[in-house]
Amino acid sequence: MNIDCPVPYSEDDVVQLGHGAGGRLTAELLDRLVLPALGRRPDGPLEDAALLPGGGELVVSTDSFVVSPLTFPGGDIGSLAVHGTVNDLAMRGALPLALTLAVIAEEGLPLAELRSVLDSAGKAAQQADVPVITGDTKVVGRGAADRLFLNTTGIGRRVPGLAPSSARARAGDAVLLSGPIGLHGTAVLSTREGLGFETDIASDTRPLHRLVRALAPFGDAVHSLRDPTRGGLAASLNEIARDAGVGVEIAESALPVPSAVAAACDLLGLDPLIVANEGCFVAFVAPDIADAALLALRAHPEGAQAVRIGHCTTAHAARVELRTLLGARRVVDMPSGEQLPRIC
Amino acid sequence: MKYLDEYRDPALGRELLGRLARTASRPWRIMEVCGGQTHTLVRQGIDELLPAGIRMIHGPGCPVCVTPLETLDRAMAVAARPGVTFTSFGDMLRVPGSTTDLLALRARGADVRVVYSPMEAVRIAEENPDREVVFLAVGFETTAPANAMTVLHAARLGLANFSLLVSHVLVPPAMTALLEDPDCEVEAFLAAGHVCAVMGWREYEPIAERYQVPVVVTGFEPLDLLEGILMAVVQLEEGRYDVENQYARAVRRRGNDEAQLALARVFRVTDRAWRGIGTLPAGGLELAPEYAAFDAVRRFEVGAQHSVEDPDCIAGAILTGARLPTDCRAYGIRCTPRTPLGAPMVSSEGTCAAFHAAGRTGSTP
Ligand code: SF4
Repeated sequence: MNIDCPVPYSEDDVVQLGHGAGGRLTAELLDRLVLPALGRRPDGPLEDAALLPGGGELVVSTDSFVVSPLTFPGGDIGSLAVHGTVNDLAMRGALPLALTLAVIAEEGLPLAELRSVLDSAGKAAQQADVPVITGDTKVVGRGAADRLFLNTTGIGRRVPGLAPSSARARAGDAVLLSGPIGLHGTAVLSTREGLGFETDIASDTRPLHRLVRALAPFGDAVHSLRDPTRGGLAASLNEIARDAGVGVEIAESALPVPSAVAAACDLLGLDPLIVANEGCFVAFVAPDIADAALLALRAHPEGAQAVRIGHCTTAHAARVELRTLLGARRVVDMPSGEQLPRIC
Repeated sequence: MKYLDEYRDPALGRELLGRLARTASRPWRIMEVCGGQTHTLVRQGIDELLPAGIRMIHGPGCPVCVTPLETLDRAMAVAARPGVTFTSFGDMLRVPGSTTDLLALRARGADVRVVYSPMEAVRIAEENPDREVVFLAVGFETTAPANAMTVLHAARLGLANFSLLVSHVLVPPAMTALLEDPDCEVEAFLAAGHVCAVMGWREYEPIAERYQVPVVVTGFEPLDLLEGILMAVVQLEEGRYDVENQYARAVRRRGNDEAQLALARVFRVTDRAWRGIGTLPAGGLELAPEYAAFDAVRRFEVGAQHSVEDPDCIAGAILTGARLPTDCRAYGIRCTPRTPLGAPMVSSEGTCAAFHAAGRTGSTP
């Protein structure tokens, strides 16, 4: 369904918000502009973090954070910037060795606010057991940025035995999910004015590397890991299905959608499958270790609600299908563009 | 707020499907009027689980889809003006006009903002007295009362920099128009629960009587729809044509008095073009003369537009249920959610988008 030649909109020659939403538009931008410009082929798997060339088991990842507002229920831009990069490393089976932190602040940002989010970043790094070893601070004039942007880069080392990659999922794999979905996106949204809903939803932002380490005993049987941030679970599953060339089948009845998230999504017309998360991951593991892996995840507080949501199949390769509550099937498509801007 | 698990229970769903299969003695064609219902039907695959012979015809009830291209072109013309802050529900932003869409205008510097409630637009107007704030007021009887209230509120505040670009539509005239069409295949209607929560169902009684067609006021959850379909089939089998209410937890016969009062004060009924269907007599709402000062069309003099539809788009036939998206030669090829040619592909409630999101292809029944 995606072999269309895009209609040549003349308006398309500027960057749109949807290009940053983690869905189909983002993929297009990467494939057609970013990767070719950097001399990379556009068809390899795109992972959350890369193996350092010549670096043995060293993994690198970088991420910028532009969430608005800076503070939201359950976290803030500081803790998010640490967790985001720690988690991207973890999705390649790596534990963080060190982080860098770069600040871009807008003229006029109260110092108290800067201190509060940096304190929070410091605390998050400490809790994740990773030092922040270097950084950078830039200030731009009023209007040249929106209050505060952060960038973190992380270096990690892979846990011996773990070598997950989005290209390694294979037919028969069990698909596990480490926790409930939809919390982060709806928590940030609930802080925006005038949305007409109040909830006690808090972001799930948290480091996931310890939970990944819990999978170390299963070594090579852990095929793929992905944390469904922008674009939500729908994007993550589609990326793995595409990179690995497998079909993914999930059951709607197995999806852990907290009732407050479901209610907020109903109200706003959103699909919980495409809402961003910051504290859970999907794991594609060999079927014979699936039950043991689930138990291992559940033994940790951040994985207490881990569930099995589906499996991989040779049918419908590179596509994700969902069995609805009533037993019908539908395709879960890659989200197309802008859903909720500035949530991470 | 409680999540409506009880309206999504698979066991109850199977039971309702079983009862449907036992009740239906022959094929029946039922139209769900509302796009939200289309969305649930397709997302849950309910239309494919129905007993053979019971066919759902997807109706014209997606507010984004029926908004005329001319209104969209007016919206672009207003939004492109310097000094204008243009506000709208998110769905409308991606709908292509004749030459551009609001997102593209925004990327080029226009001040276009997504709001989740029209009151937010009033607040923006209050806080930015030097900006002209315009809200795109589209949709059915469901969104109209809130928009009416914003006008009353803005009038009370004496806001001179707030206006509405109005293209409201009304459901009963559209049902009548469909039934008047000699090719109409619809044998029963599921009326949209949220429209009836505002308007009640008195308006549907003369329609049911005159055209001898059962109407069941129905909710949006999977089990609501299954129950609504079952109630319609029972009526059809028994030869009855009553207005019945499946959605009793939210709807009463007379509707919501307060909302109706606000509507009556701020708007008046007018002939209205429905995209793909044509102009329906008394088919929509416009601002009443007392509130003409809040009319963006007048304020910005954007009445006349040269709007041209894409020649391949069969949105009209889709909206009336005459054709399926998979019948459209552009579906999934030139027309995708990423590059929509017509409104039914843009709105998540649009039939084309619902089909595309569910991965339906031509081979799917
Ligand atoms: S698929 Fe696209 S072009 Fe075809 S009818 Fe639907 S909106 Fe129009």
